[in-house]
Amino acid sequence: MITFFDNLSGTLNNYIVLCSILFAIGVMGVLIRRNIIIIFMSIELMLNSINLLLVAFSVNHADPTGQVFVFFIMAVAAAEITVGLSILVLVYRNTGSVNVNELKKLKW
Amino acid sequence: MDQLVFIVLSILTIGGALVVVLTPNPIYSVLFLVLTFFGIAGHYAFILNAPFLAIANVIVYAGAIMVLFLFVIMLLNLNKRDNFRSPFIIKIFGIVCAALFVLSLLGAVSGMQTSELPEKYAMANIGTVQVLGKVLFNDFTLPFEICSVLFLSAMIGVIMLGKKNRKEH
Repeated sequence: MITFFDNLSGTLNNYIVLCSILFAIGVMGVLIRRNIIIIFMSIELMLNSINLLLVAFSVNHADPTGQVFVFFIMAVAAAEITVGLSILVLVYRNTGSVNVNELKKLKW
Repeated sequence: MDQLVFIVLSILTIGGALVVVLTPNPIYSVLFLVLTFFGIAGHYAFILNAPFLAIANVIVYAGAIMVLFLFVIMLLNLNKRDNFRSPFIIKIFGIVCAALFVLSLLGAVSGMQTSELPEKYAMANIGTVQVLGKVLFNDFTLPFEICSVLFLSAMIGVIMLGKKNRKEH
């Protein structure tokens, strides 16, 4: 694993490409799906791609602060997803569906 | 060898993410999301040399969050194909938007120069629990405590939201 660091900057470019693709898949999921649970999962995908890129840059710069930030992002994402899923349960209770198109009262 | 590991883990991750987005059954989405998270944890563990974040990723995402998703799907009885798919034109627009997004991101970073750092070889152990613990409890003590308050408020909020027959106020 130590030999890997010889060509790290090339690997950093690989990670930029990989994380861009992952983030774009998340964006695509938010755009093309109407199921609120799948939209949540796409948001998780986007958060994870950003985490991966933060860790890649942290290793490249030999600075552990980036990994501590990833730790905090994980904590906030866990809190966010619990509140979001309980709101989803409330939406299902009130509308009887998890279709995001049911929630268009505020749409002009 | 490292290149091979990277390619295998990347195919696992991107393939899992595509199945998450494209499959009509939410259960399959959750299971392939677990696969994607394991791929990302493998990136942390095998290539980026960050074992603490690999373990934290598996525990938090593949453990806790996936249990939450599966529990909500079980609770709401959603384990069947959803019949409210988007129209075809929306799908085409979404895929085109995602492709353009990738292109613009890669175009933005394609001219970037990554700086050569002098301490490039002293980084072999920055992802271990010792180093991260020192940074976390020396420089980030206050955010760490605020995180615990955030979790407490999230817990209280979820309990408040989930209660049935709340009194009007």
